[in-house]
Amino acid sequence: MLCQECRKEEANVFITKIINGKKTELQLCERCARAKEELDFSFEPQFSLHNLFGGMLDESMRGSRESLRLSKAQCPTCALTFAQFSQIGRLGCSDCFGAFGDKLQPLLRRIHGSARHTGKVPRRSQSKVRFKRELDRLKEELQQKVRHEEFEQAAELRDRIKALEKDLQEGGKS
Amino acid sequence: MKQALFRLSRWMDGAGPDADTVISSRVRVARNVRGLPFPYLASDEQTAKVQQIITGAAAERKEAFNEFTLLLMEKLPPLEKQVLVEKHLISPFLARESHHGALLLRQDEAVSIMINEEDHLRIQAILPGLQLEEAWQEADRYDDLLEEGVNYAFDESTGYLTACPTNVGTGLRVSVMFHLPALIMTKQVNRLLGALSQVGLAVRGIYGEGTEIIGNLVQVSNQITLGQPEEEIIRNLSGVTRQIIAQEQAARQALLNDSRARLADRSWRAFGLLKNAQIMSSQEAMQLLSDVRLGFDLGLIKGVDRKLLNELLVIIRPASLQLLAGKELNGDERDLERPVQIKRRLNQFKEQL
Repeated sequence: MLCQECRKEEANVFITKIINGKKTELQLCERCARAKEELDFSFEPQFSLHNLFGGMLDESMRGSRESLRLSKAQCPTCALTFAQFSQIGRLGCSDCFGAFGDKLQPLLRRIHGSARHTGKVPRRSQSKVRFKRELDRLKEELQQKVRHEEFEQAAELRDRIKALEKDLQEGGKS
Repeated sequence: MKQALFRLSRWMDGAGPDADTVISSRVRVARNVRGLPFPYLASDEQTAKVQQIITGAAAERKEAFNEFTLLLMEKLPPLEKQVLVEKHLISPFLARESHHGALLLRQDEAVSIMINEEDHLRIQAILPGLQLEEAWQEADRYDDLLEEGVNYAFDESTGYLTACPTNVGTGLRVSVMFHLPALIMTKQVNRLLGALSQVGLAVRGIYGEGTEIIGNLVQVSNQITLGQPEEEIIRNLSGVTRQIIAQEQAARQALLNDSRARLADRSWRAFGLLKNAQIMSSQEAMQLLSDVRLGFDLGLIKGVDRKLLNELLVIIRPASLQLLAGKELNGDERDLERPVQIKRRLNQFKEQL
């Protein structure tokens, strides 16, 4: 069997990768395998644009495929367009996230199953984020109490939410 | 080119919990500097600025960083960079493709901070055995320290912003490197690893001719970085790791009960080849090292220890071999040099006993 890459040498390295249940098999000669870093155990995922965008566009946005490709969305800071991003698979700068916001959300959900960060927060933005997370939690609780018609507790929660929101507006500008 | 000393990294010391099945635990976080384009889009000036911001932040925290050495990729000979890759301290990308790429390396080589990799900043901790929590604490600590001096690109809802959408959120990648000879020998491994990929974990093994994974080394890492807190990501991988360890141990016990003599024979034969062969490919060396390792773990063989076996796992790689030989070698020459270096280390070890 010949190496899939160079098609010259005999293939003697067989690599099977299983990522999210998707199996890929590679047959390479040792030189090509090394060139591809497959022997290095790099633990960075091999990001497959085709799968990601292909799947995303096929499933939920079939009709809007063309409109996404032609999308005029462009990052004001680094000038990367969404069309370019969907080819390269890399964002250009941190402002791209704001510029492509609506279009990125479904992609992130597809990769991670969620589009909302719940982990570590840098110290600089800690107090504000902690406030907001507490607020979200209280609001959810409030909904529950209302559903269960526990209005007394609901009223208490509502007051706490109001107070927190006031604090956030006054002190949360930092 | 002069012969150089091969320095051991902390992960090679063979200590740590469950070191008989887990070679190393690795954690890395990805961070970027707010307001500057990610490295692949950044200008020469901008990557230089990133380097200056991050090394500056480290320099200002002298006490915390006094055990670190700064290595600039442009100044480092290609071979030495490749040795760092083979020791799992930097990525191939940083070694070969970065602009103003740099490494802050802690003396014990357990913590490496990469500058201008795919992201501006990648903080990695790698420890021997199963120590995911400890590795996370190391990375987390240097992340906190650097954040004091670097304004990170962070968004409340999306988390830490990274060049690739697969890293967004926590920016956290955790991985465990297993040695799973018994699961592989008894052909249980594919079923097990197939199941892992269903729960959002990525599995990597290197296959040789046939179906055996070369060196019986398998790496498992998380895929999801967004929507789960760091502790949960680590807890998930730890939980799965415990199960894999238990299954490997059960398979080893079964093998030992059934064919103790055969296993011992296999290990001693591998040891004999490592000590006496004249020409050896890296694939063969990895397989033999695995056979010896299993024999050592099961108490069937003497004359080695885990530290030595870990060291040999790296020494047999191309760049490390050339570093030790003190000269450039092509593939055929490396196959001749490999047994020389293996023998030299085995003899040194014997003398120390």
